[in-house]
Amino acid sequence: MAALLSLRDLRVAFDGVATLRGLSLDIAPGEALGMVGESGCGKSITWLAALGLLPRKARVEGSARIGGTELIGAPPALLDDIRGGRIGMIFQDPASALNPVLRIGRQLAEALRLHQGLTGEAARAEAKRLLDIVGIPDAARRLNAYPHELSGGQNQRVMIAMALAGNPDLLIADEPTTALDATIQVQILDLLGQLRRERNMALVLISHDLGLVAEHCDRVAVMYAGQIVEEAPSDDLFARPLHPYAEGLLRALPRLTGPRQPLDPIPGTVPDMRALPPGCAFGPRCPRRINACRSTQPRLREAGRGRRVNCLNDTASPAASGTSGRMTGDAA
Amino acid sequence: MLRFLSLRLGRAALTIVLVVTFAFVVLRLSGDPAMLIMGAEASPEAIAAFRASWGLDEPIWVQYFAYFGALAQGDLGMSMRDGRPALDMVLDRVPATLALTVPALLIKIGLGIPAGIYAALHRDSAIDRAVMVLAIAGFTVPSFVLSLLLVLLFAVKLGWLPSGGNQTLLHAVLPVLTLGIGGAAILARFTRSAMLEVLNQPYVRTASAKGVPWRRVVVGHVLPNAMIPTVTIIGFMVGNLIAGAVVVESVFSWPGIGRMLVTAVANRDLAVVQTILLLVAATMVAANLIVDLLYGVLDPRLRQAPAARGGH
Ligand SMILES: Nc1ncnc2c1ncn2[C@@H]1O[C@H](COP(=O)(O)OP(=O)(O)OP(=O)(O)O)[C@@H](O)[C@H]1O
Ligand SMILES: [Mg+2]
Repeated sequence: MAALLSLRDLRVAFDGVATLRGLSLDIAPGEALGMVGESGCGKSITWLAALGLLPRKARVEGSARIGGTELIGAPPALLDDIRGGRIGMIFQDPASALNPVLRIGRQLAEALRLHQGLTGEAARAEAKRLLDIVGIPDAARRLNAYPHELSGGQNQRVMIAMALAGNPDLLIADEPTTALDATIQVQILDLLGQLRRERNMALVLISHDLGLVAEHCDRVAVMYAGQIVEEAPSDDLFARPLHPYAEGLLRALPRLTGPRQPLDPIPGTVPDMRALPPGCAFGPRCPRRINACRSTQPRLREAGRGRRVNCLNDTASPAASGTSGRMTGDAA
Repeated sequence: MLRFLSLRLGRAALTIVLVVTFAFVVLRLSGDPAMLIMGAEASPEAIAAFRASWGLDEPIWVQYFAYFGALAQGDLGMSMRDGRPALDMVLDRVPATLALTVPALLIKIGLGIPAGIYAALHRDSAIDRAVMVLAIAGFTVPSFVLSLLLVLLFAVKLGWLPSGGNQTLLHAVLPVLTLGIGGAAILARFTRSAMLEVLNQPYVRTASAKGVPWRRVVVGHVLPNAMIPTVTIIGFMVGNLIAGAVVVESVFSWPGIGRMLVTAVANRDLAVVQTILLLVAATMVAANLIVDLLYGVLDPRLRQAPAARGGH
């Protein structure tokens, strides 16, 4: 199937520090893609860069195309049409993501006017319908509420409703439930899944939680230090992770049921983007490191059906079970 | 709302009473008006007579209650110098002061807020840096220094404007500029930082992410939030409309409240000093009250008790 959206060699640098280091990714219509990785690995800036939402000082290179339209370097008017139109985005902390001095109804109506040309009563009726769709009880009255009068979960539903106002082909949900209680988390994720199926809307779900992502997404992209290190269908990734980092993430997950743990399974810390090692960025923390990893940067390559991996010595390599390649003793 | 209002009004009244009391006590303790007004050569009998006629021989608490008793009936007492009602004398001077402070306030708002907004929106640009340098200069240079600089430049060197007095409209230019520039600098700095704070808020990114054009984001989402803290400063400036020109009026020999206050304090003209302080306090308290009410209008989060928040 032709991709809905393609990122090609997307790069972001802040003050000369390469932070997103060449990311390529396709998203098919209606697909749910998960993105996981430790804090600071570049999950958010990938999409902020694609939508032109980074501060001016950020240098963005590469390509982000949706339906043949290039977004990188696009004129503001075109980006404004795409943002909230073909691509909706919701964020982590719903309480601060809504404008505190404007009523919910007004914030929804603004999106409806921009993307559907609705005003006045028509906008209000549609705003109410959207609130109904996302499961906010007593929607007509809630239109007059301010964000602080709603709970976090309700505010996130409002954010989703607002993103739906433009009938997006793609919804990017950047840690949409991190700030919410566990039970509300489940409800919001179920809502997103349901909306995706009903509307054949593609979904990018960003999270720290590999388990959560695998449960709600067809495909997962694992990121490390500004790059994708592994990309695979969720089931395949769970069955057999190829990248040592993905393997480490998986091993840290509790089996089947049980409480989810914070994501910090792998010894060592996230590298400083200003001083990356010359070879593989994960090298210093990698249990499978071989000599080549010190000097050669691995490249993302095909690794079977729908899979890509960015590793010189992935778990499928011949050296896999041998001890010859292991260099755990001298990690930096 | 009614409770809120009566609470605030009560607090306002209390503030005024405290100011008046404080002034009353300090003034009575800090020197004897009889000596000052009658002169050093006056006979002891004359001084005693003066004190008796103004009630200065009574214990201070008797004087205090007498003062408040009269105040309750709208009587603010007579000037010991002129024998005229203090209130009339003070009110006569109000227009002259407002003639400086109101135009200055307009300059502060009209210059300071746009400069602050522009600087924040073009952060780190050459203009931002220039605005900030000027703002810090205008903020740190005391008003008497600034007024002297302006006099040196426009009155002495260029000879365009008079250096003091109040005969023509031109006489108001330098004092108004002195007041306006300093205040504009404060407001520009404050507006800029309020803007920067809001520009970093997630809801601004949300607005952009839903396709609102940048101009509309600024006008519709950033400004309404950034103006909330700015209102406090403007309210403070409004509260200073009466008292804010003391130094400048003295430097430019402008016959307003400020100069009257300086003279009255020097002369221990108790009723006049107290009337001015009362007026100043009332203006400040009123401005504060308006700011509080305006806050409620501008920020819905302050309209209700936090306990009234909705559940899931
Ligand atoms: N405005 C900015 N200026 C400078 N650096 C930035 C800026 N925004 C992001 N970065 C840097 O870019 C890197 C990636 O940030 P990003 O927000 O994409 O991480 P993330 O993967 O989304 O992490 P998290 O899980 O914490 O949200 C981080 O190292 C961060 O410090
Ligand atoms: Mg993020």
